[in-house]
Amino acid sequence: MSLITEITAPDGHKVTLNTGLFINNEFVAGSSTIDTINPATGKVLASVQAAEAKEVDLAVEAAHKAFYGGWKTSNPRERARLMLKLADLVERDGEDLAHLETLDNGKPLSNSRRGDIPGVANQLRYFAGFCDKLHGKVIETEGKLSYTVHEPIGVCGGIIPWNGPMLMLAWKIAPAIATSNTIVIKTSELTPLSALKIAALIKEAGFPPGVINIITGYGPKAGEALSRHMKVSKIAFTGSLATGRAIMKAAAETNLKKVTLELGGKSPNIIFDDVDNLDEVVFWSRLGIYANAGQVCCAGSRIYVQEGIYDKFVEKFKALALSGKVGNPFEEDTFQGPQISEGQFNRIMNYIDIGKKEGATCYLGGNKVGDAGYFIEPTIFTDVKPDMRIMKEEIFGPVVAISKFKDVDDVVAQANDTTYGLAAAVHTSNITRAITISNALEAGSIWVNCYNIITENSPFGGYKQSGIGRENGEYALANYTQIKAIKINVGNPI
Amino acid sequence: MVQPDLQTVRLSNGKEITVHTQLFINNEFVPGHGPLIETINPATEEVICSVHSADKQDVDAAVNAAATCFKDTWRKVAPAEKARLIHKLADLMERDRDELATLDALDNGKAFTVARDVDITDSIACYRYFAGWADKIHGKTIDTTFDKLCYTRHEALGVVGAVIPWNYPTMMAAWKFAPALAAGNCIVMKTSEITPLPAYKFAALVKEAGFPAGVVNIITGYGHTTGSFLGSHPLVSKMAFTGSTATGRKIMESSSSSNLKKLQLELGGKSAQIVCADADLDKAAEWSCGGIFNNHGQSCNAGSRILVHESVHDQFLELFIKHTKAMIKIGDPFDEDTFQGPQISKGQFEKILNYIEIGKKEGAIVSYGGKRWGNKGYYIEPTVFTNCHNQMRVMREEIFGPVVVIAKFKTIEEAIDIANDSDYGLAGGVYTTDLDTAITVTNEVKTGTMWVNCFDVFDQSTPFGGYKQSGFGKELGKYALQEYTQVKVVKILRSSKI
Repeated sequence: MSLITEITAPDGHKVTLNTGLFINNEFVAGSSTIDTINPATGKVLASVQAAEAKEVDLAVEAAHKAFYGGWKTSNPRERARLMLKLADLVERDGEDLAHLETLDNGKPLSNSRRGDIPGVANQLRYFAGFCDKLHGKVIETEGKLSYTVHEPIGVCGGIIPWNGPMLMLAWKIAPAIATSNTIVIKTSELTPLSALKIAALIKEAGFPPGVINIITGYGPKAGEALSRHMKVSKIAFTGSLATGRAIMKAAAETNLKKVTLELGGKSPNIIFDDVDNLDEVVFWSRLGIYANAGQVCCAGSRIYVQEGIYDKFVEKFKALALSGKVGNPFEEDTFQGPQISEGQFNRIMNYIDIGKKEGATCYLGGNKVGDAGYFIEPTIFTDVKPDMRIMKEEIFGPVVAISKFKDVDDVVAQANDTTYGLAAAVHTSNITRAITISNALEAGSIWVNCYNIITENSPFGGYKQSGIGRENGEYALANYTQIKAIKINVGNPI
Repeated sequence: MVQPDLQTVRLSNGKEITVHTQLFINNEFVPGHGPLIETINPATEEVICSVHSADKQDVDAAVNAAATCFKDTWRKVAPAEKARLIHKLADLMERDRDELATLDALDNGKAFTVARDVDITDSIACYRYFAGWADKIHGKTIDTTFDKLCYTRHEALGVVGAVIPWNYPTMMAAWKFAPALAAGNCIVMKTSEITPLPAYKFAALVKEAGFPAGVVNIITGYGHTTGSFLGSHPLVSKMAFTGSTATGRKIMESSSSSNLKKLQLELGGKSAQIVCADADLDKAAEWSCGGIFNNHGQSCNAGSRILVHESVHDQFLELFIKHTKAMIKIGDPFDEDTFQGPQISKGQFEKILNYIEIGKKEGAIVSYGGKRWGNKGYYIEPTVFTNCHNQMRVMREEIFGPVVVIAKFKTIEEAIDIANDSDYGLAGGVYTTDLDTAITVTNEVKTGTMWVNCFDVFDQSTPFGGYKQSGFGKELGKYALQEYTQVKVVKILRSSKI
């Protein structure tokens, strides 16, 4: 039975893909299969092999063997060379990967091409540069040579979400491999395809077998098995708060594996009336909620506008929102594709319903678009109150709540009144205000006069229940290393 | 008639290659206004060809090109893009590895296999290492009082001047270019007029890689003219120099009388290799042999003094000479078996032979070698002096040739004192199996590098640079970035009212 399949995109582009589990540099069958759906059409794209506990165990064993079989002590320049080679291959096969991403996730092809592909390549290149720059310290201690080494942790598990499949894969792999860990990635069963193509490139690049393993499967089966595995020394998860808790619990109950979590958000976007250019503010704010159909953990889903410019802002924001075409992600002028699945679609529509029932005004949108697929209009709620569910709970869709404010201390308090703390933004031309508000907001990423600027060289992660640990930048290295302190007693010093 | 840029040159095996001979300024090869300088093949004593040299107006042109490029272009290029360009340059060097090695071997006299497998290979690794730093140069935010935002920026210097020596033409260029570029600077480099050819080939690759015009500028000329013009130029923010201590002083003086440009000096050495009684003598002999005779003794960090515990001296000497005989095959640089080629020039050749005479007059004994090798080319036999003491000139002065001086010691303390009894402090080594000895000696000897049970081992990621009169500043490793950046602190006060 061949695991290879060919998928044709609406624009005629064909991609050949191995649908097996990528373990030890080979594609193998799983315990079952999962159908992955094209969210723009609701139709099945392909059937992929799925992992359960048995296959997770195989993958972990492969990673373990590879770690102790040479990767742990590998030459850093060789690791860098392989990572750079993989980045080159991702670019070479960028069209295939971008098409798979858009088919499987629904994000516009223009985004996959111009955002995700370079994002993956940049991530790999950035961390390739760190391979030979992992420094400990020498710490002056009387009569001793006292120093630290930053060692890899071992076999790492990565459980990644469906909203940015390739990018999330790169975010986990790059720092783990650079610091000479080996890894087992469980992709989302909703978006397994692009990772399978990257798996083939990993083999082509020349990574030794077992260093990077990529499997898919359901959370309760494959994800659970990975979180509980006694030979996995660290788990990195991006996804929902609920699953994050389960993973932390699983780690606590098994081998206390190190845990980093990147969870949800309900990020506030605060706009002052002293902004220089309202059009720019509207541009960023709209990007902040409607990019990726609102399926972004740090989406600016609560907008607070100072009363002096509230009316003008809402008018311009509505106009820009309406101008974004919602439709076929393969068309060049499409701004917003479908939601990822029927489940998510229903969930978001339910929140829109809740918002109306709570007494908020559905100022724009609120409806399904078209008959096929899971498309939702860009939606605006106004006349919102802080304790409404649509102001407190993460909707993860193209739904924004816009609120008017007068008092500055009050708006900061409202912005911080959340169990989340992933990101926040402030728009102002006043330098004092910019710094003071940035300091006051309790979130891991603060944007001033912009939104969603996320790069490979700067840390990203949440305060409070938005997560634990930071990805990207030098800070990410701490997630994948453990510190050993060595003290050599120098007897009989001269 | 102006000598055209491209010249055809014949190798000893009959092959012909084309070399650039004009100055590389603003991404173009242009004639120089200084005299044409002949570059000699030290293996044959014959002229390879002539190259253009830079006079004051050429140095001005190069510096102005760099300054304009920095202001208008290079400082606005994203760090990841800088990294990409440096990686591309490394790719091209890999592609043209043999050609680059050929030029190093032809102009310098080092064995082609060594040029290819050490010099060019390590140069490529150096560019890749520093490319990785380009987007990782971080300032800090520093908590002071609640009403201030304070942070540091690690900014590029602007135009950096570099003067490099002849002993590792391509690699010395890499050690300067790589961190300078990664940190965002534009550069004017004066190569040694003795080995000008390799860098001009490199210049062609810089242009091919796509660097904007003016980022990299390469000229050659005499130290006392071209070097001097560069060292005193008001638009050059920093001089990085590798060479003799005497010239290092001149550069320091010219900085003090011009614009106080920042300095980095990597000068001479008289590094001591200490062989303890408990050392693995055979391994120590093998490592220490390479430690002095690598690159024909023409390394600033050459382990040119060997201090051996008296109880193992004779045994060690026998092993050392055995390894010298086995390792050092002298011959034509393009011969596959050659380990040691000629010394760089007639001047150096005569200087080294003169030191051998001085050593004999001082009472040192020639236990091996001591003469010219062959009758064509500047070849000198690997030479071993024994019966030395640390007040001899041959124990104190840098010879920069394949001449090692060996002395005995009774106690470790004595060895440390002898090692430290030098104006230099570039490197050193200790051979021992004892943990305490290794740590104590490496703590106590005052040098920038200490090797234990090895010598002359380099990595791109570890810093290199001397104590005392061997210079100041570090090359390689993260430490090198400090040499090519300047720190600005920004302190923003916010009023207490919003």
